[in-house]
Formats: sequence, C-alpha cells, structure tokens
Amino acid sequence: MTEGPRFPPEPSGGPIGANPSFVDLVRRSRPETLPAAAGLTPDVAGPHGTTVVALKFASGVVFGGDRRATEGFTIADEKMEKVFAADDLSVIAIAGAAGQAIEIVKLFQLELEHYEKITGDRLSLEGKANRLAQMIRGNLPMAIQGLVVVPLFGGFDERREEGRIFYYDATGGRWEEDDYHSTGSGGRAARSSLKKRWRPGLDRDQALQVAMEALVDASQEDAATGGPDPTRGIFPTVVVVTSEGAESVGEDELRNTYERVIGGGS
Amino acid sequence: MPYVPPEQRIKDLSDFAHKGIARGKSVVGLEYADGVLFIAENPSATLHKISEIYDRIAFAGVGKYSEFEDLRISGVRHADLRGYSYGRDDVRARDLANAYSQALSTIFTQQMKPYEVEILVGEAGEDPGDNEIYHVLFDGTVTDEHGHVAIGGHAEELSNAVQGAYQPGWDLGTAVREAVKALSTAEGREIEAEQVEAGVLDRTRQQRRKFRRLGEDEVATILAG
Repeated sequence: MTEGPRFPPEPSGGPIGANPSFVDLVRRSRPETLPAAAGLTPDVAGPHGTTVVALKFASGVVFGGDRRATEGFTIADEKMEKVFAADDLSVIAIAGAAGQAIEIVKLFQLELEHYEKITGDRLSLEGKANRLAQMIRGNLPMAIQGLVVVPLFGGFDERREEGRIFYYDATGGRWEEDDYHSTGSGGRAARSSLKKRWRPGLDRDQALQVAMEALVDASQEDAATGGPDPTRGIFPTVVVVTSEGAESVGEDELRNTYERVIGGGS
Repeated sequence: MPYVPPEQRIKDLSDFAHKGIARGKSVVGLEYADGVLFIAENPSATLHKISEIYDRIAFAGVGKYSEFEDLRISGVRHADLRGYSYGRDDVRARDLANAYSQALSTIFTQQMKPYEVEILVGEAGEDPGDNEIYHVLFDGTVTDEHGHVAIGGHAEELSNAVQGAYQPGWDLGTAVREAVKALSTAEGREIEAEQVEAGVLDRTRQQRRKFRRLGEDEVATILAG
C-alpha cells in the first residue's frame, strides 16, 4: 500500500469516526516519507539553526529568529527562516538540526490544517501544543543520535483571549512559559537580554524592539547566531500573532526597529 | 440465485440511488467573477453540504449525508497526501474527480447498494477562464461543467431556473441573489438567509487557502441588497 488513501475510505484509526491526524495518515499510507524514516546520522545531518526568541506582549506574542545556519565551523546559510506561522493563530520557531526541524514544521502545519478540514473546527491552542509534543517525541530516536529539534510554540488562545508560549525539550517534554523564552545556541545570551528588557504589557513596537535586542545580544555572544546586516538587507524573521491572525513583520519595520535598537532609543 | 440480466440490475441500482437523491436538497455550483460559488438550501448550520478540500478546491455533496461526508473526508486525505508527497500546486480537481469517479463506480458495481449521492468538485483557476467544475454521479459518471450546474432533489427545475438568468462574470452579490432566487423557484417557496449555505473559492483572497464560507449575516446582507 504505497499510493494515496484508498477509496472507499479505509476504516479510521479509532473505533468510530474519522481520524483527523495527518501524521497518522502518512504513517499508514506513505511511512517512507516521514522524517524519522530516513535513518540519518549527525555526520550527514546538514546545517543547524541557532537562536530563536519568544515573548508575550499586550495583545499576543512575538516570535523572532536569527537567519544563520551553521555546519560545524562553516556558515551554511545567512538567510534561513526559523520562525513560521503554524496556522492563522499560532507560530512555531525552531532551533536544532535544520532539515529535520523544517520537516517537522511542515508536518505540523499540515497536521493543523488537516484537522481543521476533517473536523470543521480549529484545534485549541492547548491541543496544538500537545500535538506538537507528541510529534517531537516521535522524533526521539533521531534526537538520541544528535539530531535534536527543540521548538518554541505559541499563539493566540481564543478561549482565554491572550497570547501563550510553550517550550519543549528533545523528549517531547512541554512547559508553558509565562513571559518570554529563548532556545538554541545563543539562547542563553538572548534570555539574559530578555530578562532585563521584558516587562508586562509591552505594546507591539516595544515588543519588536525587545525581541530585536535579544537577537542582537545573542549574535554578539554566540558565533553560530547571525546578527542583523542592514547593508545586505538581512534581518531576523519575526512573526507577530494577535487575535487578528499571524503576521510576518516586513523588512521596513524590522529595519526601523533595528535602527531604534542601535540608536539606543527605548 | 436467480439470473438477473446486467441491464436490469443496473437499472434497479440506478433507480434506487435516484430515489435516495431525489428525497434530498439541491446544490447549485456556478462560476462568478472571482472564482466558483457553491450554494445550497441547508436547514443545518453545522452539517455542511459544501466544504473545503484544498487550497483552490471545494466540494459539494447531495443525498445521504453519511455517504457524501465519507467521500469528502477521503478527498481531503487524498489531497493533503498528494500535496505533501509532491507539491501544493500538484493537487488538482481533475485528479480528485477521477478518484471519486473510480471509487463510486467500484461501489456501484461491487457493494450491496450504491451510494445515494451526487457530488461537485470545483477548482478556482488563476484566471477567470481556468475554473473547473466536475459533477460526479453515484455510478461514477463524471462530467465537466461550464458556467453553472445543479445537483440533487430538484436538479432539473433548478438547472432551468439558473439557465434562464445566468450571465458569465456575475459579481458575488448577483451570483448569490440569483442562485437563491433559482433555489426558491425550484422548491416553490421563499428561501431565507438562515437556510442558505454558501461557500466560495475566491481567487482574489490573499491567503493560500482560497475557500471561504459566507456567514449567515453576510448572506442576509447580500440578499437584502
């Protein structure tokens, strides 16, 4: 059974009803395409993504990531994206083995979309966070071999009407963070920065500035984290999620934010 | 088992399926200026006849709910798996309509009873001329429709009513008003906004997913205009 789902529909995973999980569907019908099936070792794993930060602000969450990917001591990519809108109201940021992480992001995005289409309802933010934990746990054999993927996840919780942030470890452990978090090789430097600069109830501009400062600080402390480069037009990827939806911040706004940061304004 | 000639058997099965479909409500599919509109009379606000399948593809079903729901779910799975294995642009309505056709044809000939359903698969093209609407019958017969199509209990009256009014390039408001007028004519009574289920594939949407449901308020505003 290698080609597509069968018509008429095969009996679903549970005793009754349609299984809304896309990952389960792939595992049943195209298992060879799942990331964990490749049997990679760290030697062939390719580039690593580095620092990502997440923080809450008055109307939601801001997620940012630097753009550098490294392979050993080489810079593999200066324009890599590590922050992605997972769906209309949530965002995922990744650090770790880049190829693996991006596959997990792609699967996670499809998982949310598939669920929404099959059931006609969007998953709750809590439900999305739990599903992601299970998917990371599924990647555990790879993590043991060194292909660690540690995401940050967050979004706007429609039921509680506030932004929420979750962070994970390689075993799929899941914790909720109240204020801000960062992960990746420059995560420690970024967190020191966030600790000093973050405060409750930031507005959007302030939140962008705090995120930018944290990423600049991380790039100054950590060789694997790339700093903003205005001459080449390289700025961090930043996604803002509010009740209005997930929005990727444009280059002009990022450039202004960066200029405010180096100009020392607050 | 007594011998039943194949012609007779197929006629019996067809009559059975036709009767099942004739008991249900109808759906109109039509091309309008920005894409494809599916619209139906549906007293339920949650048990949908019209749904999203993929970025540019939508589904509409009439007949027995459990059976077309089954087909809808298979379609979403088929499309999502295609898009994941290849690319999002490789998921096409024609391919899906063929899969439905194969499935329904197999069910028609091999199962105890045929599915009592008719379905539409629509795709909004990049340009107004590139829309596709496929109509698949309970026995797997598939036809490629242009402009407008009606399926379900009062398909013929509905089709005639739409035929009389249809103009290519209607805007959304006109398309919804005319379609509801045709539904009312075919049913022989006035259909209110809260009984209308409508979904569009709107190529002007910025998002990757072009499908959008029209809410009750939106339909009411359009019908009042």
